[in-house]
This record gives sequence, structure tokens and C-alpha cells, in this order.
Amino acid sequence: MKLGELSPCEFVNVESEFAAMSVAIGASAAGARAYTATASQGLLFMVEAVYNAAGLGLPIVMTVANRAIGAPINIWNDHSDAMSQRDSGWIQLYAETNQEALDLHIQAFRLAEELSTPVMVCMDGFILTHAYEEVEMPAQADVDAFLPAFEPRQVLDPDEPVTIGAMVGPEAFTEVKILQHYKQMLALDRIPEIAADFQRAFGRDSGGLVRPYRTEDAETIVVALGSVLGTIEEAVDELREEGVRIGALALTSFRPFPLDAVRAALEHATNVVVLEKALAVGIGGIVTSNVRLALSGLPIHGSTVIAGLGGRPITQRSLRDLFLRAHAGELESLSFLDADWGLVERELQRMSQMQRSGPHAENILRDVGAVAHKAV
Amino acid sequence: MSAPDKTRIRFYQTGSFAVGGRLLDPEQRSVQAEGERTNAITCGHRACQGCGEALGARYALDAAVRAAQGRVIAANATGCLEVFSTPYPETSWQIPWVHSLFGNAPAVATGIAAALKAKGREDVRVIGQGGDGGTVDIGFGCLSGMFERGDDVLYLCYDNEGYMNTGVQRSGATPPAARTATTQAVGAEPGNVFGQGKSAPLIAMAHEIPYVATATVAELRDLEQKVEAAMELHGPRYIHVFVPCPLGWGSASSDTIRLARLAKETGIFPVFEARDGVVSGVSKIRRRLPVEEYLRPQRRFAHLFGDPGRPDVVARIQAGADRNIARFGLLEDEGEGR
Repeated sequence: MKLGELSPCEFVNVESEFAAMSVAIGASAAGARAYTATASQGLLFMVEAVYNAAGLGLPIVMTVANRAIGAPINIWNDHSDAMSQRDSGWIQLYAETNQEALDLHIQAFRLAEELSTPVMVCMDGFILTHAYEEVEMPAQADVDAFLPAFEPRQVLDPDEPVTIGAMVGPEAFTEVKILQHYKQMLALDRIPEIAADFQRAFGRDSGGLVRPYRTEDAETIVVALGSVLGTIEEAVDELREEGVRIGALALTSFRPFPLDAVRAALEHATNVVVLEKALAVGIGGIVTSNVRLALSGLPIHGSTVIAGLGGRPITQRSLRDLFLRAHAGELESLSFLDADWGLVERELQRMSQMQRSGPHAENILRDVGAVAHKAV
Repeated sequence: MSAPDKTRIRFYQTGSFAVGGRLLDPEQRSVQAEGERTNAITCGHRACQGCGEALGARYALDAAVRAAQGRVIAANATGCLEVFSTPYPETSWQIPWVHSLFGNAPAVATGIAAALKAKGREDVRVIGQGGDGGTVDIGFGCLSGMFERGDDVLYLCYDNEGYMNTGVQRSGATPPAARTATTQAVGAEPGNVFGQGKSAPLIAMAHEIPYVATATVAELRDLEQKVEAAMELHGPRYIHVFVPCPLGWGSASSDTIRLARLAKETGIFPVFEARDGVVSGVSKIRRRLPVEEYLRPQRRFAHLFGDPGRPDVVARIQAGADRNIARFGLLEDEGEGR
């Protein structure tokens, strides 16, 4: 940008994520293509403006490098950040690879600007964002051909002054919200169409609503989002070689949630396992609730597995064992992959023994031996 | 219905621009004197009778619109001005206007300025505006960020010294001893606590931005001239406008201008301007008055004047005004007083 290679363009260094989204709101309302990126606590810090951008119908594109939410403070990957914003009114697309992340951004601008609604491209923090991977970078001219110049639906222009962001009471609030929902329902059609256009233009199958993997005759299907699909697919391949009829379903679009596509991909299965990188404290799975709605009335055994929280590795070995148990119908409705229940039990015991048992995180770290200080 | 109260109106503004505008050359007159002027904010909004903010916003924005030949975009914080000007499906705004959130108007303004720059539309000028809550409290981080980056935005703060829109709660601009819903007039130190609060104009000056000014709705030509001065410059500029609030202050609607003038004439609210972080001019007090003159007409200070009253608290407020007078040199030099 500074060298003028990206022109015309303005880059604003802001003091906070809240300001970042607010600057994007102002820029988008003034008719410029606006983009920002964030992760984790940063996403939560900008939440008020995230909802505002969606409510105003501003086609901002944002990368979310998915990471955990504290406390305890943790910088590593999971989906807690983006999942917290699933109902913010933003479209949410989840990338499986760095190539798909790149491709989804190009598609996201087209989708956002066609519908005048913001799009979040979610890519796993560290696993994708800090991985070296060769990607094919499309030529500017090809992107320009795929993505037309931004023609805003609403713009702050002294020649045609408009008011944006008026006070709306009970007489019209519902209808404005219905239009937000309607646009996401339109996106259910546009996301696969744009992905097909993209494939025609760039020759790559990226994006879409869902991506089934060896699900045709599968009795057990694992549903997940993001980069973990790579490991899941390898585990599926290994089990398939052993004759286990198992498959996977990648959810690329989580908002809008493709109820019909999910149902079509899963309806013939006996077991559906939803592998989630976020925990809805007090109920369990977030993605699960959505998948269950898609499967309403079907006699399918469903289970939720919470995995990879705060960056805990999800290994092919663990997945293999998990999938075999799921396939045998032995999986409980909610489980935590590779959780150390001994640590949990020790802390519960401390709590039952004394009132001032202290902070959980520090107690558990002492038990793990991850901090120098040892309990006496 | 009883006869309306008769208020004796005293004029202090002899020799000022406040009256007699018709005696001036046309180019020196207020933008409001032009029959053909473009109003930024039209009548029909829902502001209270005697609202200082509505008055201040109209004069400030119309002056800005004139300076920019009509090419102004405004970003507004949540607050009275936003709510009373846009009751859906109506709007009082004749300029392109956007409201996003309570705490982000300076950043939204930055975004607009960045977009205009990217689009090569540098003829269009950007204004951010909000009340004292949206500016000195919740929006302060964004305001400071906008200042330090040098963004090309004129920010107008309409200071009515509290969260009036939501039921008169204390803000960081509420003066000591003032009663609000959250600073009750009870106990040994009734009302807002002494020693709290901040001066946003002084903090703005600490950013060494090109232009900082204060103004009141009692001297609207002064406000207009400060807006015009700000519009001649680029980069971050800040004008802090003192706007009495009859609802929140418990004052008569007809006293808005009088209270604004008394705030200045008592030294309660210093009126000055600063360029690049240095005070470059002050509006001298024309006729110095004790703070009691300013405090008495406002019910938010009524607890200071009961029986027995709190002359000690009034004295502390007077001491604060005296400090302002000394600090900014608000009195005419010896022999020059009017």
C-alpha cells in the first residue's frame, strides 16, 4: 500500500478492534470496499460494531483467525470466537485450507456486495494462519473479472444526502430484521452459484455450502468445520480401508446454516458425530443444535464431541478411536476428546474440601506441572 | 392556566456580535442570517424546548456546510442529538449523515475520511459529533485514536454535562456538586464528587492537533467563527460546545442562552482556542459574576441554596472558577475592563 502497489487504497492503523470495525463501517458507508481482520478477544472487543455493521447492511469482509476466548487466557486455536458471533447477522464461511481461505475471500467480497451484507471468513488460527503452504494466487485481472467494481446500495454522498442509522422503534424493527434474515436465505442460493462461477473462472472447487466426503453409503458421518477436516478425512480413509462405512461432512457455510443441504447429506446415516471446536457452556454443542434441527424427525443417533479447545491437538489416532466407538454406537451424547478427567476430579475434590480453593486454572496448571511453583 | 412567568432579560452583549448582525457586512453575518442558507438540521426534530444542543448543532453544522460549499458528511454518536433528529421514518438531516454506535463516532468519521481519500473525493469534508457521554466517556478511546493518527475530521462535542437522553446520569463532564440520577444530592458531599471529571479540550490539546476550541451557545457567532477557522485546516480538529440542558439541569427553557453566558462570565466554562497544542486566544470575561448567579437558576444545584444551604460548596465551585480565570487569563487587563 505504502509503495502504491495497491492503489487507490487507504490503510488505517487503529487503536482497538472496536475502532477497526468502526472505521470499516464508516468507509463502507462512504462507498469504499472495506476489510479488516481479527481474532479471539479482538473479535469480542469489536462485537458491538460487528452487529452494527450487519444491522446497517454494510458489505464488509473480515477474516477471523479462529482462536480461543479467555479466561483462562489462551492464544491458541479453537472456534469459540467466531461461534460467539454466529447470530450477529454476518455470513460465516469456514476455510479448510489456506488455498480455500484465499479463494473464500474473493468469493466473500462478491457475496457481500451482491447482498449488501457483511461476510466473515473464518480460518483456523495458527493451524492455517501460521502454516507455510503453497497457494495459487490468482492474477489481479482475473479477480477483477470475477469481482465487479463495488456499487454500494447505500452511500453517504453530498450530492444525494441520505440518513443511515436512524432510530427505529417497534413499528419497523421486525421488518428490518426480516430483511437481514432474507438476505442470508438468498445467500443459500448465491453461495453455491458463486462457488460454481469461481470454479469456472479459476478452476478450483472452493467454497459452497457443504462438502461431503465419502458419505454416499456411510453409516457414520462426522460433521466438522475448518482445517480439522483434513485430519478427519485421513482417519476416514484409514477406516474405509478396513471396511468401516464412514464419511465426513464439511460445513463451509455456518451462517446461513444450510439445513436442506445438511439433511440431504446426512439423512441416510445411522450415526452422526458433530466434532466441535467450541463449547456452549451449559448445554454442550453449538454446531450440534443446528445439525439436529436439520435432522428433525429422523431416527439418527447423534453425538457431540468437543475437541481442540485452546489449541489441544486433534490427532488422527484419537479420531480413529473416537470414530470406531461412534460407529459401534458407543459414543455418549456429549464427550470431550482427549480430556484429562483426573485433573478435573482433583480440582473438584479440592473444591469440596475447602471454601478458598483458589483459581481453577492455576490449580490445574500446578497439577499438570506446567508452572514452576508446586503446591505444598 | 396561570400567566407565564415573566423573565427579566438583561443584555450583556453590547459591542459584541450577538445583536445587531444586520449592521455588519453581509460576509461577516451569521450563516443563519441568509434567507437562502442550507440547513444541516431542519425543524420538526424532537428536541426539548430550549435545547442547547439542537441550537449549537445547527449553528456549527450550518457554518461547516457553508465553509465546505455544501460538501459535508457527518458521523453521529448515539445520544440526544441522534435520537431527536431521526425518529423513524423521519429525519431532520439535510446532509449525508450516519449513526453507528455510542462509542465509535470518531472512528466512523475516520473511516469516511479514509474512503473519501481513497476515492479522490477530498472536496468532501467529514464531521464527527456527539454529546459529552459519547465523547469524553465511552467514545474517548476512538477520539484519542482519531487525534493521534492525524485523521482529517472535525469533531464537535456538544457538552450538556451528563447523559440526558437516558435519564440524566453523571458523565465525565458533569461538574462538581451537580445532582444527577447517579449523583444524588444527599450526604455530606451532595451531588457529583469534587476532583472527578476531565477536560476533554485540554486532553485534545495534549495530542497537539491543529485546532482545539471551546464555545458556548451564548455566543453563536463565536461558535460559527471557530467552525470556520477549523474548516480552513486539515487534520484532526476539536470543538467543545457548552450546551445547557433544561431537562437535565432543571432550568427554564428560556434560560438556555443566559446560563451559557453565565457559565462563561463566571469563569465556570473557559472559552478559548488553541492551535497545535498551545492556547492561541481566549474570550475575555466582560463582566465578572459570582458563580452563584450561574448556579441558582438550576435545580441540579438547588441543594446548595436551601436552608441552611451549602456556602462552603459554593465557595469550592467559586475557587474552581477562579482557577480557570487565572489559568486562562480570562479577565481583561487592568484598565481595559468594560
